[in-house]
This record gives sequence, structure tokens and C-alpha cells, in this order.
Amino acid sequence: MSELNSALEHPQYNYKVVRQFAVMTVVWGIVGMLVGVLLAAQLVWPVLNFDTPWLSFGRLRPLHTNAVIFAFGGCALFSTSLFVVQRTCQARLISDKLAAFVFWGWQLVIVAAVITLPMGLTTSKEYAELEWPIDILITVVWVMYAILFFGTIMKRKTSHIYVANWFFGAFIITVAVLHIINSLAVPVGMFKSYSIYAGTVDAMVQWWYGHNAVGFFLTAGFLGIMYYFVPKQAGRPVYSYRLSIVHFWALIAVYIWAGPHHLHYTALPDWAQSLGMIMSLILLAPSWGGMINGMMTLSGAWDKLRTDPILRFLVVSLSFYGMSTFEGPMMSIKTVNALSHYTDWTIGHVHSGALGWVAMVSIGALYHLLPILFAKQQMYSIPLINVHFWMSTIGTVLYIASMWVNGILQGLMWRAYNQDGTLTYSFVESVEASYSGYLVRLIGGLIFFAGMLVMAYNLWMTARQPQDRSQPVPSAA
Amino acid sequence: MDINTLRGLSTLFLLVVFIALVFWAYSDRRKKDFDEAANLPFVDDEPVESKDKVGEDS
Repeated sequence: MSELNSALEHPQYNYKVVRQFAVMTVVWGIVGMLVGVLLAAQLVWPVLNFDTPWLSFGRLRPLHTNAVIFAFGGCALFSTSLFVVQRTCQARLISDKLAAFVFWGWQLVIVAAVITLPMGLTTSKEYAELEWPIDILITVVWVMYAILFFGTIMKRKTSHIYVANWFFGAFIITVAVLHIINSLAVPVGMFKSYSIYAGTVDAMVQWWYGHNAVGFFLTAGFLGIMYYFVPKQAGRPVYSYRLSIVHFWALIAVYIWAGPHHLHYTALPDWAQSLGMIMSLILLAPSWGGMINGMMTLSGAWDKLRTDPILRFLVVSLSFYGMSTFEGPMMSIKTVNALSHYTDWTIGHVHSGALGWVAMVSIGALYHLLPILFAKQQMYSIPLINVHFWMSTIGTVLYIASMWVNGILQGLMWRAYNQDGTLTYSFVESVEASYSGYLVRLIGGLIFFAGMLVMAYNLWMTARQPQDRSQPVPSAA
Repeated sequence: MDINTLRGLSTLFLLVVFIALVFWAYSDRRKKDFDEAANLPFVDDEPVESKDKVGEDS
């Protein structure tokens, strides 16, 4: 890419780091989702672990989650946040060297994860599996990222800080706090450490971290994307700026309390479980407030959805966001959770958010961003964006529908008992009954993954396109 | 004062702060500033960039 850089240098802004992160978003998306497809195939055909420890489900599963959340999602957030903060503050990033450090530091974290996780090196904390030396590296890179982001906000030329930057800012600060507190551990060797927390406290800290990774990494950050790219792509300001302020404060104030719903019917005190459930239910209001704000931005311009597949990506991602933020509070109700917990329903819910919301809003934003970063008028092929849109949508729907069926099936089979009090079904019978659902899930995941390959091709051809922005543009009719 | 009274009052305090925030955000006095802020994504557009949007041509 280096030979392109001189030609692509923007006079005012640092687009280089944005471009690097944007390209790596696509690359890590493909890697992370490929691992996901392999895992889905292993659940249909267990022989696919080839009796190799490095390819076993238990080791690849954290690799998949880390790759899609922190490598794919992370690069998307770095890319968009560093773009949006420059454009809405009308200020260049405070330091190009610092920007390069953040990019290469984050790639190093990802490579370290790709090596250590298949080796079986893990803290065993879900979504925080990486061992302590990598945790320290993450902390250093993250603090540099915070300095880069907030430093740029401080030298802004505008008087107001645009709402997208508030969401990005909350995401950066909260993820730092979550990561540091949850990862506190006593090292006993280069690749082994013990958490400083024990028992129920450990579980509560872990899910305070885990749910707020959802709330701030996978929600607040991507809402920052929504608040910039939806208005930009629709060509009109956000529906209600006032609502966006109320949305911001309500969302960040409530999310932080929802973690206990991951620990229903465990050793966690009942009052804490109930608190987590109530807060999760309240969370529906700010979530939908934000979704409505994004959707209504299109009011009066709905016809654009007919012609613009990028806008389709963004709007359908908001629909999935609305769906999964309705489903989440419902599943946090203790009686519903008694059926859904530990079943595939949870996996379906996560992917409704992860594929439908996080991935699709990122992909939509990238299709807007990539031509700008490569100084082209538009992507190489708009029809291919449309193809990608339908592959993503169909893939997601197949994935979540099959997991709903599997989840409810498993939940009902596990709780069924005979008149004498014995269980009607053994566990393995519920696994056997899930077989067809696993196959449909694999097909859905495969379609979604193939869509990423279409995107990679489109990106490659866009970068190679000869025509560039400096050429005179025929005037718009 | 009992610590639990303090905890209860802090909840009440946050509720009041939230309601005050809503009134602040929706007050007429803020309207002009917020309209300006809502346009921030568009103010630094380079002239050719409007062509990035697909389906804008007609």
C-alpha cells in the first residue's frame, strides 16, 4: 500500500491510518468469519477438528470471538472514529506517529491472539482470554488511542463536539476501564496468570466486563458510526439532535448495570440478578430511542433505499439493532432466561447483533468510506454492493432463525421430565435433535462469509481503478 | 444518616438530573446550537464529494 500513499495523501487530514484500518477490517473480517464457519462445520461434522488440539473447538472458539469482535469490529471502530473525529472537528490527528503506533500496536495484539489462542494459552475469561503480556500491550495501545482521539477533539476548530464523537469517546473511556479492571491478575509465568478475583465476585466482574463490552464496544462505538454515516449517506442531518443527547446519556447510564442478567439462577445474590434484569428491561428505551433516531433520519428520503445499497446496509443494520435490543431485554427476564440460557438461542441473539447490527453497519460505513480513502468517486461496482447486501441479510436471517429453533428445542427438552421426576431426555438427545439447525446455521454463516469475499474483490478493484477524484466531475443534474 | 438512605437518595438525584437534561436538551434556547451541531458532518465537504453518494444524480 505504501506506493499508493503519496498519491492518496490528503492535504488536511490523516487518511493513511483510516485507510490502513479500513483495509484490515475487511481482512480480519474474512479471517474471523472463516474461523466461525469452520466452527459451525465442526458442530455438524465433529471430524473436522482432525484430532488436532490446535484445531479443536475449545481453542478456535475464542479465536473466532476475538477475531470478529476485536480485530474486525475493532479495526472498523478505529477506522471510522479516526475519520469522523477529524472530519467533524475539522482538525488533523494530533500526531501521525502516534496514529501509526496505534495501528501497528493493534495489529500486533491481533497476531499475538492468533498465535496464543490455538496454542491453548487462555485466562479462560470469556472475551478476555488473552494472557497478561498481551493485556498489557492492549492497555498501552488503548491509552495511546485515547490520547490520539481526545487530543484531536481538544484542538478542534468547531465549537461543538458532534454527537458521534461523544459515543466514540464513551466507548474509548469505558473499554479502558473495563479491560483494566477485569484483567487484573497475578502472573505466575510468562503465559500463565490467576485473576485477582475469586468465586462469585469473579463471575460478577467478568460479566460486568462482558456485558459492557457489548454495551460500549459493540454498541456505543457502532452508534458513533451510525450518527455520522447514516446522515452522511442519506444526505440530511440526523432526525433529532436533541434526542441524540438524551439517547447518549440514557444509554451509558443504564448499560453499565445490566451485566448480572448473564448470571441468573447462579450463586449471585438474588437482588443483584433482579437488578440486572430490571436495568436490562429499562435499556429497551434508550436502545430504541437511538434506533428510531437513525431510522427517522431517512424520513422524506425513503426512496433513496431503492437505489442506494449502501444506505440499505445502514438501515437494515438498524432494523437488526432494534430486533436484538428487543430480544435482549426479553431474554433477561428470569423466567424467559430459565428457558433460553445455555441454549443456542443465546448464540442466535448474539449473532443477530453481531452480524445484523455490528457487521452490517460497519460494512455500510466502509462502502461509504473506501472510495473517499482511495480518492475515487465511488466503489468499483455498485451492483456488487447490492449482491453483498442480500448475501449478508439472507445469511443473518438463516443463522438467527435456525438458532431460535434450536434454542427453544433444547430448552424444552432439557426441562421436560417424567412423572417419576426423572429427565425425559438425555443431553445427547438434545444435541442430536439440533443437528439440522446446525446445518442451516452453517449455510447461513457460509453465505455471510462469502459476502465478505465479494467485498474484498470490490475493494481490490476500487483501489486499482485508474480514475480519481482530481479529475473534473460531470456536474450533477 | 443510614448508608441505604443515601443510596436511595442518589437514585432520586440521578432521576432529577436526567429530567433536567431532557428539559435542557428540548429547551427552545438550545435549538439554534443543536441545528448547527447536527450539520457538522456536512460543513467540511469538498465540492466533488457530494458525488460519493449513490443515487444522488437525479
